[in-house]
Amino acid sequence: MATTDTAAKPGLLAGIRGSGAYHKLLAFSGLIALLVVFSLASPNFLQTANILAILQATSVNGVLAIAATLVIITGGIDLSVGTLMTFCAVVAGVILTYWGLPLPFGILGAILAGAASGLVSGAVIAKLKVPPFITTLGMMLILKGLSLVISGTKPIYFNGTPDFNQISLGSIVGSVIPVMPIPNGVLILFAVAVIASFVLTRTALGRYTFALGSNEEAVRLSGVNVDRWKIAVYASAGAVCGIAGLLIASRLNSAQPALGQGYELDAIAAVVIGGTSLSGGRGTVLGTLIGALIISVLANGLRILSVAQEWQTVVTGLIIIVAVYADILRRRKL
Amino acid sequence: MINEQSPRRVPSDKGNSVPLVEMNGIYKSFPGVRALTNARFSLIAGEVHALMGENGAGKSTLMKILSGVYSRDAGDVHIDGQLMEITTPRDAQKLGIGIIHQELALMRDLTAAQNIFIGREPRKGLLLDEQKLNADAAAIFKSMNLMLDPRVPVESLTIAKQQMVEIAKALSYRSRILIMDEPTAALTESEIAELFTIIAHLKADGVGVIYISHKMDEIKRISDRVTVMRDGEYVGTVLAADTPIETIISMMVGRKLTDEALVIPDTSNAEVALEVRGLRRGKEIRDVGFSVRKGEILGLAGLMGAGRTEVARAIFGADPIEAGEILVRGKKLEIRRPQDAVRAGIGYLSEDRKQFGLATGLDVRNNIALASLSRFTGAGGILRDGEMREAAERFIRQLAIKTPSDTQEARLLSGGNQQKVVIAKWLLRDCDILIFDEPTRGIDVGAKSEIYKLLNALAAQGRAIIVISSELPEILRLSHRIAVMCEGRLTGILPGGAGQEEIMRLATQRESAMAPEPNSKVA
Repeated sequence: MATTDTAAKPGLLAGIRGSGAYHKLLAFSGLIALLVVFSLASPNFLQTANILAILQATSVNGVLAIAATLVIITGGIDLSVGTLMTFCAVVAGVILTYWGLPLPFGILGAILAGAASGLVSGAVIAKLKVPPFITTLGMMLILKGLSLVISGTKPIYFNGTPDFNQISLGSIVGSVIPVMPIPNGVLILFAVAVIASFVLTRTALGRYTFALGSNEEAVRLSGVNVDRWKIAVYASAGAVCGIAGLLIASRLNSAQPALGQGYELDAIAAVVIGGTSLSGGRGTVLGTLIGALIISVLANGLRILSVAQEWQTVVTGLIIIVAVYADILRRRKL
Repeated sequence: MINEQSPRRVPSDKGNSVPLVEMNGIYKSFPGVRALTNARFSLIAGEVHALMGENGAGKSTLMKILSGVYSRDAGDVHIDGQLMEITTPRDAQKLGIGIIHQELALMRDLTAAQNIFIGREPRKGLLLDEQKLNADAAAIFKSMNLMLDPRVPVESLTIAKQQMVEIAKALSYRSRILIMDEPTAALTESEIAELFTIIAHLKADGVGVIYISHKMDEIKRISDRVTVMRDGEYVGTVLAADTPIETIISMMVGRKLTDEALVIPDTSNAEVALEVRGLRRGKEIRDVGFSVRKGEILGLAGLMGAGRTEVARAIFGADPIEAGEILVRGKKLEIRRPQDAVRAGIGYLSEDRKQFGLATGLDVRNNIALASLSRFTGAGGILRDGEMREAAERFIRQLAIKTPSDTQEARLLSGGNQQKVVIAKWLLRDCDILIFDEPTRGIDVGAKSEIYKLLNALAAQGRAIIVISSELPEILRLSHRIAVMCEGRLTGILPGGAGQEEIMRLATQRESAMAPEPNSKVA
């Protein structure tokens, strides 16, 4: 039964559905609607400074959400992205401030730490068959604790590395085109998005990411080394969390070891709003990007309209449910 | 229909040819089930070798061992005369063994081409070469004479087309040994003819094809040799052309066909328990109507995709209907949800017990009580566990459920005993109209006859029973009357004990221009 009602729907809709473009359209029109509503409601909303602020605010959650997207497309889940981000920030702090090494070492260290942590999660999930939810829940707490341990439970400031906050706050674009002071953090977000999207659609790693989420047993029966690719996906997601760690540390000019928990939920929310299926097999980076933007536009717009913080949270929650329900409706119709 | 032009007889020059495959003394057990006992099989290049046996005979298990999905407990596998250890699907691929699985093993979200080349994507440096991927897939489709866009996501294809993608995938490995596990189960007659043309090509190229099927006419049409298995053991190998179908069937069913004659009770005066009139839903159910009396077992026969399960689910309220009436004990009922059906005393035992019938994580007691919890709920919503235990123990005795206790987890029971637990659940709920969908699927051969006895006993107690089964022997053995479906229509109702040929004729009676003898199409 499950097969008969989904089969035999060729033509235009099938193509759209297969690529997830329909949902992207849905999320995208939601984003546009929000932009229109807020710009009508407040003249301050569409100011360049405000737009840049929204983008800047999206950068950390956007990058984290991209990491989560990779894992979720495999049919897994990563609850550790938030505390892993913090852990990577702290690693950068230790390398740059405690050890006094030059900037590139800090950057490399953070990304490698992320990849290593993802490697461990992936190995536990693939080899020991511990469910992703449990594994990454455990990793979430482990990393939270380790961040406190290696930082000595206090924030690490990057005062010895003046260039560090340029990672997020500086503007290479602005130095060339002064009228467009797009912060580097936003540039990095877009770069990560482009690369992730490219990896997902054009490389073997990406192909197996979708294949695993679609039917892992079938992939295994096709002679593919399922474990290895699954570990690779988690490790890649970890590396992306490392980039998020650099972004947030650079923005705060410090590594805050107590920060991080709760970020994973925002990231997963962005992924879901963006149309990636939690059951795996389908999803896009662009959708996730739009999802992350919807969350920050909502927060920014409601703030401009002087809506209390607590209500912003309520609205975000509603949006998640509405977004997924819209997806269910769409599938029922097809 | 028996003999026809045989394009290529069994290669007789055995002198110079080492068998492609030689399996000897293969043993395999699963928890609670011995699947294979001293099984053997051999395959020569350029032959189509049918592997036959009832469900549970061990065919699929044997082939999964050959293709590296399962590991064997004992025995030797020789490929080209060489002793081989095949422990992963990849090992099998490297040896040129391709398998088309019975349950489609496709990644639904990927395109046809992506599915075919999964694990072997053409690359340009680090990147995937999507153009070459699609071109290569298109070339395979072309060689199969198949009109299919390789860029279409598999989930938007019909089951038949998905099957074709599976076959294309196996072909793409340039397999020398191709295992097809019920490849035609979901195909239409013209698609079957296409497939057989492809198989003929493969034969001519020296590929050895292992063909698993229940369909006798197919076996006669394309196979050179037939090996029969029963209860996990090797029964014998015969030449397809020289062996009458009856002989093959008796090899398959062995003693079992004769040991218990069908007794048809006279139920003509009994009350009609369930009547269905003009049931319709799209193409799946097209004007189906029948009735079952108390004490009667109605068999619902047909090929896969005939719409039998759909009818059962519609009666049970699991899927909506577009038109039609359902009458229980002469009273018209609106059944919109399963709970309406259950309230009317209809119980449905799904073919997929693990997914729909059994809460595998719960114990036997709770599974039996699951549909009747309100009966055991006392003041304040507290369950009366003692009564539940008594009820469960009563059924464990009555149905002879083999379990250490009623607190054993249901998933730890064998298939046959799991089925009994589900039966107990509906009996406790006072269901006297029971619909069994493939009641013995995945059940040990030994346990099958026990289930059959149970069904007979349930009918003798005055319950009305509908049995859906893809196994003709099962239908023949159980049914007092046999309703046959084809492509969503009821093509006829036969008396119990009707001939296999008559059932098969009705099961393949398509609406459009009465098909010519299928044999004529194959080269």
